Amino acid sequence: MNAHDLYVVSPYLAMAGAGLLVIIFDLLLPRKIHGLLPYLAFLTLMGPFVLSLAQFYDLGLAANLVRDGEGGGEASILLGSLSVDRFALFFNFLVTGAAALVVLASTEYVKLMPRFQGEYFGLLLFSATGMMLLAAATELITIYVALELTTLPLAALGAFLMSGRSSEAGIKFLIIGAISSALLLYGMALVFGFTGSTQLTDISAAVQRAGSGVAFGNYALMIGLVLLVAGFGFKISAAPFQMWVPDVYEGAPTPVVAFLSVASKAAGFAVLLRVMFTGFFDASLDWAVLMAALAAASMTIGNLVAMAQSNIRRLFGYSTIAHAGYLLVGVAAGVQAGQSGLDVPVFAAIGLDSVLFYLGAYTAANLTAFFAIAAISERVGSDRINDYAGLVTRSPALAVILALALIALIGVPPTGIFIAKLYVFTAAVDSGLAWLAIVGVVNSAVSAYYYVRIIRLMFLQQAPAIPDSRPSRNPAPWAAMGVAAAVLVFMGVAPGFVMTAAGAAVRALGV
Amino acid sequence: MGTEFNGLLTATVFLPAAGAVLLLLLRGDRVIRGAAVAVAVADLVLALLVFAFFDRAGDAARFQLIDQFAWIPDIGLKASYLLAVDGLSAPLVALTGLLGLCAVLASWHITLRVKEYFFWLLLLQAAVMGVFTSLDLLLFFLFWELELVPMYMLISIWGTGRKEYSAMKFLIFTILGSAFMLVAIVAVFLTPDVGTFNLIELSGPGAILATAATLIPLAWLFWLFFVAFAVKLPTWPLHTWLPDAHTDAPTAASVMLAGVLLKMGGYGLLRINVGLFPDQAVQFAWVLVVLGVVSVLYGAVVTMRQTDLKRLIAYSSVSHMGLVMLGIGSVGVASGTLSVTGLSGAAMQLFTHGTITGLLFLAVGIVYEKAHTRYIPDLGGLAGRMPFVAAAMLIAGLASLGLPGLSGFVSELLVFLGAFRAYDWPTVLAVLGIVLAAGYILWMMERTFFGAQRERFADLTDASLVEAVPLALMVVCIIGIGVYPALLTDVFDSALEPMIKAINGG
Repeated sequence: MNAHDLYVVSPYLAMAGAGLLVIIFDLLLPRKIHGLLPYLAFLTLMGPFVLSLAQFYDLGLAANLVRDGEGGGEASILLGSLSVDRFALFFNFLVTGAAALVVLASTEYVKLMPRFQGEYFGLLLFSATGMMLLAAATELITIYVALELTTLPLAALGAFLMSGRSSEAGIKFLIIGAISSALLLYGMALVFGFTGSTQLTDISAAVQRAGSGVAFGNYALMIGLVLLVAGFGFKISAAPFQMWVPDVYEGAPTPVVAFLSVASKAAGFAVLLRVMFTGFFDASLDWAVLMAALAAASMTIGNLVAMAQSNIRRLFGYSTIAHAGYLLVGVAAGVQAGQSGLDVPVFAAIGLDSVLFYLGAYTAANLTAFFAIAAISERVGSDRINDYAGLVTRSPALAVILALALIALIGVPPTGIFIAKLYVFTAAVDSGLAWLAIVGVVNSAVSAYYYVRIIRLMFLQQAPAIPDSRPSRNPAPWAAMGVAAAVLVFMGVAPGFVMTAAGAAVRALGV
Repeated sequence: MGTEFNGLLTATVFLPAAGAVLLLLLRGDRVIRGAAVAVAVADLVLALLVFAFFDRAGDAARFQLIDQFAWIPDIGLKASYLLAVDGLSAPLVALTGLLGLCAVLASWHITLRVKEYFFWLLLLQAAVMGVFTSLDLLLFFLFWELELVPMYMLISIWGTGRKEYSAMKFLIFTILGSAFMLVAIVAVFLTPDVGTFNLIELSGPGAILATAATLIPLAWLFWLFFVAFAVKLPTWPLHTWLPDAHTDAPTAASVMLAGVLLKMGGYGLLRINVGLFPDQAVQFAWVLVVLGVVSVLYGAVVTMRQTDLKRLIAYSSVSHMGLVMLGIGSVGVASGTLSVTGLSGAAMQLFTHGTITGLLFLAVGIVYEKAHTRYIPDLGGLAGRMPFVAAAMLIAGLASLGLPGLSGFVSELLVFLGAFRAYDWPTVLAVLGIVLAAGYILWMMERTFFGAQRERFADLTDASLVEAVPLALMVVCIIGIGVYPALLTDVFDSALEPMIKAINGG
């Protein structure tokens, strides 16, 4: 380990350090100024952000910051286990940004908790560390460790309210997390048994040698890969691994759900893309079919069940399953059958570009929605959709912001998800998955039903005569909401910036 | 892809949107109303400038007043911000500005959530302006969708009767239609060697699409676009949302809906179905003619039976929009001999129907506002109390049934002349629709405005100044175009001639 290696991992160290710092501040701060804790947590996030920015400017397009020893100098001990490239940095920015907004939005929420505020923010930042590592990990054991680092703090956060619902959410998340980890580990063991290595580059070489007599080249590899996909499927909340989602979304604290629904999902997709495309690309024609099937199932199940929901958080739980489906369309579209022979896959960068862009737009949309939901439930005191009736007359700004997020989630312009959906479906058609694009378009139309229902309630129904509880005047949650909404519209009106970043990130995968 | 910026079209499209946002900062219903009128007047001036600056000389460039710059960079989805007008869109821009002002004036009596109301109304106008001027398919689609939300809100909040049901029906029909369109747009873009959303390049003399190996057969693309536009036009059997939406919409929304939103459908058929797929348009012209004739006759027969004034006008719109379809179907003549007459008639019908039906809905809105009913058997003898409204309604009605000297006559005649050369018997059948129109229009006039005066309407007053201005504007248009149609036909033909050339050449 030399100084350069320390620099390579510095964003991760800084994020973990931020978590520790917040816990220490919590102990040291005098009671009078204890309210400053969330803002301190926000400030500590500057560390990983600035270091990621520095690394971004140090990096060329397809370069890995980890030194491989060629051209003089010793090879880094991190070689093979981490790849700090533009792909990893894309997710560093996404996770850090989401964490910063969630911290701001939590300033009001943590007042509900008499104690453990430091732990709340600390766990949030530890989880973020895991997510950033997941996007950079290129070795199975590192991936596993990063995944646990992501999951365990989230399970604790889910149970943070210490109510029945919240405890249920935490336990459920923990148990499901354990099951998915077990599946993942079993898959990893099989893959290791087949390839003799845990590093993705070696795995890739072994898969290439395997030939193509059976699906995936080998039965052991097939089972291993399917188990890996199942393990990741839980993290990205794709059907049929989605059953934990609605309960956790209903019970866990709202800001935690916001973080879980965007950052955890993004990290899950990051590791999925990294493993599948750098490790198993030569078997991609086989697993692309699997991705397409999962995509169709997630979209359809998510949207159909969402229609029947009466609780807004459960509705968003099913909505997030549907969006995992749209994202998987892009993953499946990353693979094209080659022109020369049928069994030679060709990498289609546009598919992965679209996934990364979609993740950005979805992050902005879902954070906007959940921040609005948190603020609304503070005023209305309920998560029942019917209690949103006439919201426009009670809190016009919140109603408009939530409506914007809902319209975005349908995929209506001028919001980022419109461009994102267009991008994903374009990629699908381009890769010969026109049927999947049609399934996606039909699903988008279906989803309009339950999103529009909420808008109708807010704008068209009479408000009940119950007086609202006095809303707080804290500007921080409003700022978080405003930034998320602005990013959402910005990505729809001027998508070029994020698209270019996504393109550079995907090229760094070097498929 | 060059970068040009004239700015006039950008201003025309975004002025109402900017005005809508500005409105949110104002307080007081009177101030808001006044500001909305100011914005609408300013946008009308801009729209008329667009029409005036459009160079109609024979050798002038087809697409003018171009605003263009790269919007989405060339990574997978290359799109540009491209606004321009040609002879087809310039008159429709002017129409939108005109009806936009009428709609704002017709909303003078709105007292419920005034600020929100004018916000949606102005946003609607911006979206429609965008549809008529954007020549990048992606941008076109964006504006096409943007129009939905304001219309949905206008109907479902400020409407009457089963307003939420009607608004939802409107939304679902249009969204399903546009989903088809989106698939077609993406398929066009992804065709190897095309890779552009730019309609100027796509419809240029190169005819890229005709020779390219498209992902989906060209005929499918044609129908995917067709469904989206046929819903909007609307044509039988996709028309069922229209009577509901019209009946339950507030007056201004009806005016915008009949006056310009339906025109988006006809515009799309001409611009994209005929412009991009000339061979398919010729091949399937007979289907268009059948749908057109059925719409004309079915619409007319159903109109006869209506007892609600707004529903009556709504069904008459189905009938009159059938004529647009028939005019477009005129491209089905033997190759090499197509003249511009039929298409010119279809385009003219878009404009004239916009003014005529706009006027009809404005007048009915005034009647309903004062008499509190639109049920025809309850009305009668209103002409004595409101002579100005009755005169305006009569002029619109006569124009609608094609009285020579008024605008409707010009467009209907052109449609029939053009279509007869291609399909003689179907055209003769369609002419029957005009005979029926004479029936339902005159019968409606007789039962509502003429006949014995009724006691309960004794204290009705004629249109106030604010109500009379839009009526007068529309009457001027109807008579002006009727007397001097070349004002518009020359402009329309300058855009339609290249399409005709593409069909005759191929």
